[in-house]
Amino acid sequence: MAVKKMALIASKGTLDWAYPPFILASAAAAMDMEVKIFFTFYGLPLLKHKIDAQVSPLGNPAMPMGMPFGPEWFQKINWNIPNAIMAGAPGFESMATSLMKQTFKNKGVASVEELRTLCQEVGVEFIACQMTMDVFGFEEKDFIPGISFAGAANFLDFAADSDIQLFI
Amino acid sequence: MGDIKVDQELDCRGMGCPLPVLKTKKAVGTMTSGQVLKMVCTDSGSNKDMPSWSDRTGNPILKREEQNGEFTWYIQVK
Repeated sequence: MAVKKMALIASKGTLDWAYPPFILASAAAAMDMEVKIFFTFYGLPLLKHKIDAQVSPLGNPAMPMGMPFGPEWFQKINWNIPNAIMAGAPGFESMATSLMKQTFKNKGVASVEELRTLCQEVGVEFIACQMTMDVFGFEEKDFIPGISFAGAANFLDFAADSDIQLFI
Repeated sequence: MGDIKVDQELDCRGMGCPLPVLKTKKAVGTMTSGQVLKMVCTDSGSNKDMPSWSDRTGNPILKREEQNGEFTWYIQVK
């Protein structure tokens, strides 16, 4: 069986959207696939030494707002907080972010940093979009070691021969 | 099926997707052909994920057990 290939584009930098590329990439590599992720625009900061991705339920009515502590009936409550309050309350994003991190931890999901490390351990290749780096003012030293720096053509060359191509 | 001789055990209880599959892959990578890995997890998604992983990577699942929300997999290294 020929080696299957997967090409991902990680374009989003919020905590919720940081998970899918790393989860899919590590799972694919575990299934003997060759995987490359092209980090571009807001996805690029996911390659920084420390990932400080945040999440906000503001303007995202699909995001459940539950508490990761207390009895089960309490954890199942979906706190329907109006956008006007979310937008006006200082620290709302950092609260939502820590709640999501705690919920994921409680459910046994690895942190984004852990998943990223696992990806590298199983051979997933990370490509940082050079153009986005120049636009946002990032330098190579801002990022974790072991990644490559390239542009769209380099990624597309790999994607053209891939079995799976996803834009996240 | 008679008793399966287990060469290595892996505890993935409490871990969510994709950790059980990943840890299994890493463990299998340290073993030699024909050896058997026993993996225990609580992720119900593994019921679909492990057979898919097995089909794709060619490491056969010899046996699966389920008890008290724990799933036990016996995987032979290809």
